[in-house]
Amino acid sequence: MNRRHLLAAPALALGLSALGGAAFAQDPLKVGFIYIGPVGDHGWSYTHDLARRAVEEHFGDAVETSFVESVAYGADAERVMTQMALSGTDMIFATSFGYGPDMNAVAQRFPDVAFEHATGYIQEAPNVSLYNARFYEGRAVIGHIAGKMTETNTVGYIASFPIPEVVMGINSAYLHAKAVNPDVNFRVVWVYSWYDPAQEAAAAEALMEQGADILMQHTDSTAPVTIAQDRGIYAFGQASDMTSFAPESHLTAILDVWAPYYIERIQARIDGTWEAGNVWHGIEEGMVGFAALNDAIPEDVRAEAEDMIERIASGEYHPFTGPINRQDGTEWLAEGETAPDGDLLGMDFYVEGMSGSVPN
Amino acid sequence: MDLSSINPVVLAAALMVAATPILLAAIGELVAEKAGVLNLGVEGMMITGAVTGFAVAVMTRNPYLGMLAALCGGAAVSLIFALLTQVLMANQVASGLALTLFGLGFSALLGQGFVGIPPPRTPKMDLGFLSDLPVLGPILFRHDPMVYVSIALVAAVWYWLNHTRGGRILRAVGENHEAAHALGYRVRRVRILAIAFGGACAGLGGAYLSLIRVPQWTEGMTAGAGWIALALVVFASWRPWRALLGAYLFGGIIVLQLNLQAAGVRIPVEYLAMSPYLVTILVLVVMSSGRARKTLAAPGSLGRPFHATG
Repeated sequence: MNRRHLLAAPALALGLSALGGAAFAQDPLKVGFIYIGPVGDHGWSYTHDLARRAVEEHFGDAVETSFVESVAYGADAERVMTQMALSGTDMIFATSFGYGPDMNAVAQRFPDVAFEHATGYIQEAPNVSLYNARFYEGRAVIGHIAGKMTETNTVGYIASFPIPEVVMGINSAYLHAKAVNPDVNFRVVWVYSWYDPAQEAAAAEALMEQGADILMQHTDSTAPVTIAQDRGIYAFGQASDMTSFAPESHLTAILDVWAPYYIERIQARIDGTWEAGNVWHGIEEGMVGFAALNDAIPEDVRAEAEDMIERIASGEYHPFTGPINRQDGTEWLAEGETAPDGDLLGMDFYVEGMSGSVPN
Repeated sequence: MDLSSINPVVLAAALMVAATPILLAAIGELVAEKAGVLNLGVEGMMITGAVTGFAVAVMTRNPYLGMLAALCGGAAVSLIFALLTQVLMANQVASGLALTLFGLGFSALLGQGFVGIPPPRTPKMDLGFLSDLPVLGPILFRHDPMVYVSIALVAAVWYWLNHTRGGRILRAVGENHEAAHALGYRVRRVRILAIAFGGACAGLGGAYLSLIRVPQWTEGMTAGAGWIALALVVFASWRPWRALLGAYLFGGIIVLQLNLQAAGVRIPVEYLAMSPYLVTILVLVVMSSGRARKTLAAPGSLGRPFHATG
């Protein structure tokens, strides 16, 4: 065997493997999704699944998706992700805050799999990407509508867990309600669950008992809007359009629109240009949207709400623009200053005027 | 603490409503366990009842037909468990867990066409002058009929277990199935009937959630109520009236802490919100230790398979 042959053999092998690689590339890209709740919750997990279906529609045979619903944080999540990675999944979207530690642990063991984590903050592996939506922009708009429309000056707020995401939503809604109605008062009930219809219904009733005539929720079930419809008060839907559950009471809903981001990222993975990023998209990028405004909203309020949506989208207005003080009266943002993202993502305090306190 | 803004009358009334689904499921499970069957599938039977009850109520526009369907639905899935554990001698714990998983998935499938549809209303009872009584009226006499059905059921189960021949046979089967068998009682038949009764009650509890408590159907809407009902049976040491007390206690904690929060009372809500689940875990842990089971007066043959020989 001469030198030429020696060189040719590996070259041939290389050529074969390249061919094999090309053939392999025609296999569909496998994308896995992990949800915290059931896909039928009509809230958070439902919107992620809508986006998954949009992905299937968009890519056709080029992408194969799978999902696992109602996955608990911790050992369960780690097992599901490991299983997905082992069975050849190329890309995993885990769609809840608490999956962070599990995802990073799994990502370190599977460097060739692309991981995408919604609403997370932990990025300890080079293949973990973060994405989140600026829901506080939506909450500013519904806060404005609520401030204008409440007659008892009491707004009920059903909150899930005292994490920055939820606290910033409460603050955003409150600031904008107070801006148009200085007497407005927010009552917050923490249910310590993302999805528990019976508990959320009981919370809605407790808030009504305290005089609330408009409900907001940062939990995923449709129970609060259903109760509102039942009792003839107003409510805002969460994550998806919940009008069908409460045709008269549902003023609007803040929509989670994930499909464009998912399609963009999966395309990048197919093209081989995917790399870990960290985005926080809002109304402007279309990740935060609104359900149709109910006719019960007076014409002028509707115009103001639409105007606010436009100004936030164009970047002209930031919902957290100073002067804003913390609840204890100390200054948080000076006149004209806008909130840095870091402050918002670590928010653990109420703004001035809120009653009650953020639980530990 | 300013508690003046909480109306105790409204609170007491809300407590009864919050407790009813877990009470219904617990009383059914109590009967099954008294017969010596540990069915961990309560959650699965509840959610099946929730969806069948909802579907039938929507199609017939009659909530009571829905309740009836929920009874049948819950009993029907419980018969799967009965087949596995009583006929095929499968492990009860594993079969029960499987039933829960099956129920959650199956109900999601059945319920697909029913999301976002309002169910027909279940009217509140008007008990004439009783409903107009001050304080007592709103607390006790202005509920939907199912609240009273659940209390009547507790009384009936208590009477039946302690004062009738059938009840004594059922308890004998649960305490010592070998002896009951030697006396000529049909252990397997008694157990299958007890399982079906448990399933029917759980189904009714589920339908209470989907037709009255929340009124809507969404996947997984029982959200752990079945597990609380299971713990409640042990908490009540297998006595019907204690189950009622326990259910109202659990319901009371849930409603009270939400109302305290809404009223702006500064309380450590995280602990109160956790408490029903902590008690549940504690009770389940205690239940799994042999010695504690004895002191709690658990039925002697609870969870043990029975196979008639000779």
